[in-house]
Amino acid sequence: MTDLADLSIASAGVGLRRGGFSSRELTNAVIHRAAVTESHLHAYLTLDQEGARAAADRADADFSAGVDRGPLQGIPLAIKDNMTTRGIETTAGSKILSGWVPPYNATVVDKLNAGGAVLVGKTNLDEFAMGSSTENSAFGPTRNPWDTDRVPGGSSGGSAAAVAVGSALGAFGSDTGGSIRQPASLCGLVGIKPTYGMVSRYGLIAFASSLDQIGPFARDVRDAATLLEAVVGFDIRDATSYRGETPDISSLLDRGVEGMKIGILAELTGEGIAPEVDQACRAMYDKLADAGANVRELSLPAAGYALSAYYLIAPAEASANLARYDGVRYGLRVDGDTTEEMMAKTRAEGFGPEVIRRILLGTYALSAGYYDAFYGQAQKVRTLLRNEFAAAYEQVDVLVSPTSPTTAFAIGERTDDPLSMYFADVCTLPSNLAGDPSGSIPIGLDGDGLPIGFQVMAPALHEAQLFRVAAEVERLAEFEVRPALATSEVTPA
Amino acid sequence: MPVEIDIAKVARLARLALSEDELAGYGAQLEDILDHAERIGALPTEGVPPTSHPLPMTNAFRADEVRASLDREEVLEQAPAREGVFFRVPRILGET
Repeated sequence: MTDLADLSIASAGVGLRRGGFSSRELTNAVIHRAAVTESHLHAYLTLDQEGARAAADRADADFSAGVDRGPLQGIPLAIKDNMTTRGIETTAGSKILSGWVPPYNATVVDKLNAGGAVLVGKTNLDEFAMGSSTENSAFGPTRNPWDTDRVPGGSSGGSAAAVAVGSALGAFGSDTGGSIRQPASLCGLVGIKPTYGMVSRYGLIAFASSLDQIGPFARDVRDAATLLEAVVGFDIRDATSYRGETPDISSLLDRGVEGMKIGILAELTGEGIAPEVDQACRAMYDKLADAGANVRELSLPAAGYALSAYYLIAPAEASANLARYDGVRYGLRVDGDTTEEMMAKTRAEGFGPEVIRRILLGTYALSAGYYDAFYGQAQKVRTLLRNEFAAAYEQVDVLVSPTSPTTAFAIGERTDDPLSMYFADVCTLPSNLAGDPSGSIPIGLDGDGLPIGFQVMAPALHEAQLFRVAAEVERLAEFEVRPALATSEVTPA
Repeated sequence: MPVEIDIAKVARLARLALSEDELAGYGAQLEDILDHAERIGALPTEGVPPTSHPLPMTNAFRADEVRASLDREEVLEQAPAREGVFFRVPRILGET
């Protein structure tokens, strides 16, 4: 019999409603999976077993009373630890927030609670979501369930590892330059970054406010759509929340791609992409053409400069956002003779090396005399890139590329070379700069048995087209393998 | 042209008390990163307006309604140091 922890959200929902099992049983199976896998993975920073069981019991009581709050009722989910949870420690993976217990919930958390979801715990991340490997967490790295000597990607590596191994049925992460899609790719999952403004950022600990967006991790495309539908919508508490009507997400899932126009983003293929990743993606382009799509290559020259622009814009915004960590109102304080000395000591002690690096980089890029050459020029390149995307979307419905230039790399391999780590996001960050929706779908394994992800990008507010193509990619790939850690009898290390 | 950075000045602006060794390390890394980032200078951007935000929006207004704010005690409980209903900090006056 299938272990309940391996069910999709859709099948678990059927089981819960037909009385096959209770949310308490489902939640216990997921907590058991966490108990046997956590010592191998470290996907969670906080496991809230008591809270999860209480939420499961409430969901079961609702089912018994005939109350149905939607497709997530009774479903055990995980949340990245940069979203605030009232009464539950929230650290953003940083020593500077260690022990902080927020007095309020993120809007996403409120929405999940209202939908009857069971929140299992808070997942590990690169400190303040800055990184591509989850090695920058102040509380130790997360490991990849497919090969525990390798990274799960980042920054939402804990959420990805948890869903891949079954210590959650689905999870939420945040994506500033690829922090959902790249770990989804490295862990063999579906990961979606929606259009900027689609999901409220209220309670999401800010990294780069014009780029940050919350989105789901799931084991299949339909589950990802279900998770996203549960959290989208305008929120008065987020000034950048999208005020228009929430776009359709899942109505075209079964439509197929016949007659669609699909563009291969030329700057993100070939050079710099690992040969096995490139081949797997090329095979998928052919399959999409065979399935009736009109597939051709399109060039977006500014996409070749996106990495440089991103690593000026994101650190600039981060340096401003992280000014709030000053040892006064919450978190760590290191004593000093004056307030200014206390602040500078607190920040040097509380932030890890990558966060310090980006604060310095952003401060420099914004400082007098350098602003025009760096930050100002990067903002103009952002305009060029947006214009090129807009022109491309007049010719095609979606753009496609690899999600990550490589499969999962070894733990420690890139930690001493910030630039090589930054290259992990080269394919994903153009969509963040443009504000467009984008997702990763697993399409196969490389020779080392590591997952390969395929990226689909769509114009802003066209989530339905993104999910339509993603669903077809999923059908064509027939990727149904799970990591050994999820399927074999595992004992805690 | 290689980028040169007065890293001690940048750290002071960012309120980061770093040692000489740390400053040297970060300074070298930043110069590497900025050498790469400088590539964007090659793109012709004359007359191109900057994009600061992906949404075409101006001001976001909400109704001026009285709503509950965070509980003061709950907020102050998280402070590293407090005195009564205030956050407590070391002396500010007399700094140069």
